[in-house]
Order: sequence, then structure tokens, then C-alpha cells
Amino acid sequence: MLTTNGILLTIFMLLVLYPFIYVVSCSFSSGSALVRGEVWLLPKNLSLEGYQLVFSYTPIWTGYRNSLFYTVAITALNIVMTIMAAYPLSRKDLVGRRGVMVFFMIPMLFSGGLVPSYMLVNNLNLLNTPWALILPGAMSVFNVIVTRTYFQSSIPDELLEAAKIDGCSDIRFLVSIVAPLSGAIIAVVALWVAVGSWNSYFSALIYINDRKLYPLQIILRELLIATSNIDFTSTNIDPKQLERSQYLSLLLRYGTIIIGSLPLMIMYPFVQKYFVKGVMIGSIKG
Amino acid sequence: MKQPSSLAPSASAPAHPAPLSPAERRHKLAARITRNWQLYLLLLPPVAFLAIFAYAPMGGALMAFKNFRIVDGVLGSPWAKQNGLGNFIRFLTNYNFWGVLRNTFVISIYSIAINLPCSVLLALSLNYMLNQRYRKFVQMISYFPYFISTVVMAGMLRIMFNTSSGVFGILFDRLFHMNVLASEGAFSSLYVWSGVWQGVGFSAIIYIAALTSVDPELHQAAMIDGATILQRIRHIDIPAIIPTAVILFILDIGRILGVGYEKVLAMQNPNNMGASEVISTYTYKVGLVSQIPDYSYATAIGLFQSVVGLVLLLVTNRIASKVSDNSLL
Repeated sequence: MLTTNGILLTIFMLLVLYPFIYVVSCSFSSGSALVRGEVWLLPKNLSLEGYQLVFSYTPIWTGYRNSLFYTVAITALNIVMTIMAAYPLSRKDLVGRRGVMVFFMIPMLFSGGLVPSYMLVNNLNLLNTPWALILPGAMSVFNVIVTRTYFQSSIPDELLEAAKIDGCSDIRFLVSIVAPLSGAIIAVVALWVAVGSWNSYFSALIYINDRKLYPLQIILRELLIATSNIDFTSTNIDPKQLERSQYLSLLLRYGTIIIGSLPLMIMYPFVQKYFVKGVMIGSIKG
Repeated sequence: MKQPSSLAPSASAPAHPAPLSPAERRHKLAARITRNWQLYLLLLPPVAFLAIFAYAPMGGALMAFKNFRIVDGVLGSPWAKQNGLGNFIRFLTNYNFWGVLRNTFVISIYSIAINLPCSVLLALSLNYMLNQRYRKFVQMISYFPYFISTVVMAGMLRIMFNTSSGVFGILFDRLFHMNVLASEGAFSSLYVWSGVWQGVGFSAIIYIAALTSVDPELHQAAMIDGATILQRIRHIDIPAIIPTAVILFILDIGRILGVGYEKVLAMQNPNNMGASEVISTYTYKVGLVSQIPDYSYATAIGLFQSVVGLVLLLVTNRIASKVSDNSLL
């Protein structure tokens, strides 16, 4: 029974890994092998052509830079806002805490919807500016609740009392005592927000028209999904090679998938434990 | 979400043996509010953020009941026909309505029905893997796909299911003469199973947490009594998982109409549109993509989705708390 379980788990693991192995192998194969569908496990006619193509396709690098900026800005803003909201809500002596909690919970259950949100961004004159992506994502109520739960369970009341006796103000207590004790939850929130904003494309799709402001995911979307018209004139590739455009577009796609996912793949081994930790904290009923 | 009443005395407040008069009590309350003024200052930006980015759009949803014209603004626009319900009636009687609603339900219910058992099975399987290092390793691999973006996920599907160059596409073409990407019938399966691939390891984490909270002595006692592994799962592990499963199920039901824009939109193509148009993508197209965007109509559809979702959530929550004592609120 337990051996069967072990075998099943191994099969499961291989199924999870296979698509990655396949895409990585394809990205190192030659265009002709790809077009004929000859690759299924290991690279065929080893080639770096795909990557050369990706590196010469400038929109990807503009997208990279933009995404990096958006992700850092959204994450920093989120951490500050989340702590500012979560800490007062974790204090039992906050008069009116119930009412404020309800005010925070309602947006989790109900939203105005897509068009009113779009209208708001439009009315605030944020369309086609980086702020259209940064401001609406500046805080998530879910993260506030998780952080509040963490504060309640890991910052002992006695600590606050002792600090109060020494004449410490609430903000000073938060900044110099609570925050340094909360590295774990800050890492969790940062990770959730960073991964979410790096990977999202929909807000940019509706709010941003200016190609110079496109995040990476929109560029990837053009290449991988709306693909029929890749503009090879924006690469440094010799125009004579355009006849091979079918090969090229296929090659470009595999290379793009790898390059586009690389930052998260590199981060993954270091941050995955915080992901697990976050789920654990989040699962404690608030 | 039960909290102690906000008026309960804080631990640091001195005990008052004598009852306070109303005036004294009011004075004390005011003193506690002013003493904590910094906490209210901290709350100000988050509250302002929610007021602008969450509550203002809720107010903006009023345009669902109007014939919105940009020049007149939400308040100045005339009310919609049929006592303001014109836009809702138009959606409910639109020839697209049943198709879009059906697609949304098929994808959601299929998704819940597959994801829940798969993540429980994975959690149980990992739980009975006695080699801790191997277990950790498999688990780490299992939530790796969760980090892949929706766009890349959809791009990978398109590449792998391409009938002339993709490994799965060639396989399906040879075996069943089928182009999965262009098939309406296969859309929901492709959506759900790619979702399992991406999310099962991550959703299993929460069940693994529930399983590790089981007292090991229960399992030892069961083993001494000669219980098989299946009996231990049935009588020890499953009861430990149920509270978590019920809560996640309630949340899933609340989101049943909310099949997201991101993944469906990324997977849509003209050939699978009959099965892939869901309420949220339809709203997006009517409201923002169309040459003549119909803001009021799109808002009405979005509001319909929000309200039905909320009602379903509350009803399931009610039923769950009656039947099993597990509930959200």
C-alpha cells in the first residue's frame, strides 16, 4: 500500500515536471526540429538561436524594466498600507474596531465591478500612466486580515503594556518593536503581492495603451497568444532571414517562456517556504 | 468572525469596583479614543484607499440602473427603462445570456468537482509518504507551477497542443484526430486540468496543515487495533480535513459566477468561443472592447454577477452551518 503510494507520488511529480522539461528542451533546439515536432523530451540539434532571438527583441527588455518597477512599487506600497491597517485592527482596545472591521470586510464580499472601476481610474485621470497599475493594487484586504491575525497571535499584550509604561507611543511601538518582530509575515505579504503583480496582465490590458509603459506580461501575451503578427522589424535580425519567420516565431516563443519566467524560477527555492508559511497563517480563522 | 466587543475593558485598564454613571462612562470612552489617536491616524490612509478604490466603484455601480451618458455623469444620466431595471432585463432576455451562464457554470462546477478531491488526495498521499526528505522534495516540485503566469500558462498550452509541432497536439491528432485548442467540447477540460496542474500542489498545503494537526496517538491506537490504512484515512484523516474543506467549498460557491478574466481571456480563440465565453469576459467585451461601449449594460451584468455570488455564498454558508457546524461568518 505504502509502496503504491510512493510510486503514484513519483508519477505525479513527473507529470508536474514534464511540461517544464519539454519547454526547456524545445528552447534549446533548432527551429527545424521544432517545426517538425521532433522534440519530446531532450533537445534536438542543440541550438541557442531561440535565445539570440529573445535577446535581440527589445520590447521584452522594456517590459522587463517596467514590470520590475511596477512590482517593486506595488509591493512596497502594499507592505506599508497592510501594516498600517492591520496593526490598529489587531488592538483589542481600539474603540470602534468592529465597525472598522466590517468596513474592511465588505469589499471582500462585494465589488462594484469592472466598468465602474475602469470609470474611476478614468475619472482620476490615471489612464495610461503607471499610477493606473500601482494605486488600485496598493492594498489587499485579504493580506490585512492575515497580517492582523499574525499580530494578534504573536505580539504579546505584555509587550505593549511594558512599552506604554516606558512612555512609548503607539506609532513608535509599531515601528521599533512590532515591525522588527514581524519579518515572517512581511516576507509572506511581499511575496504574494510581488508574484501576483509580476504575473498579472489584465489591469495593464485595460488601463495602458502606451507601448513604452507595457509590463512584461503584455509583451508576452502579444508573442504567445496574439501571435500571428510578430514584428521582426524591431529586432536586429537580418531581414533576409524573414523567410524563416515560421521557425523564428516558434523559437522566439519557447525562449520567451523561459526568459519571462526566469525571475520567479530563480527566486523560487528561496521563497517557497514563505509561501507555505503564508497559507498556514492565512488558514487560522480570524 | 467573532470578536470580543470593542467596548470590553482592555487588559491595561484599571479595574473599577464601583459602577460608573453614564456621564463618567462617556468621559472614559472619549479618553480612550483620544489616548489611541495614533491608531486612528494609522488607519486613515487604508480607510481612504478603500473608500476611493472599493466603495466609490460600488456607488458607480448605480449606473447599472441608468442609461449612462459620459457628459451627464452617473447622477445626471436618466434612469433606465422598466423602472431602472431595463439593463438587467436586457441581459436576462439576451440571446447570449443562457450560453454565457451555462459556460460559466460548467467551468466553475467542473473546476470545484475536480480540484477539491485532487488536492485532498495529494495531501493524503504526501501525508503517508514516510520518507520525509522525499516528501518535502515532491511537495516543493508540486507547487512550482503555481508561480507561472497566466499568460505563460496559456502560451504553453498553445505550444504543446499545436497539432503539427506540439507534443500533446501531435498525440491527440494521431490518436483521436482531434485539435484540442480548436474544440469547444474540450475547452472546459483543458481549462480545469491545466488549472489542476498549476494549483493542486498549492491547494494541498492547507489540507496538509489540517492533517499534521491530527494527534499521532490516534493513528497509533488505530494501528494497534488493526486498522488498515484506508480505515485510518476514512475514520481519522477525513474528519480532520472536513472543516477546512467545507470553508473552502463555501468560498468556491461564492465565486461560482466569478470565473476570472485572466485565464479564460488568455485561452480564448474564435474556434472555442462557444464554450469559452463566460460572464466576466462577456462584460469586458460589452463594456470596454466594443466599438460602442455600453457602460450601463456591462455594469448591470457585473452587478448581477456580484449579487448572485454574494447570495450563493450566504446560502451555502447557512446550509453548511446547519448541516455540519462549519461556517465562514
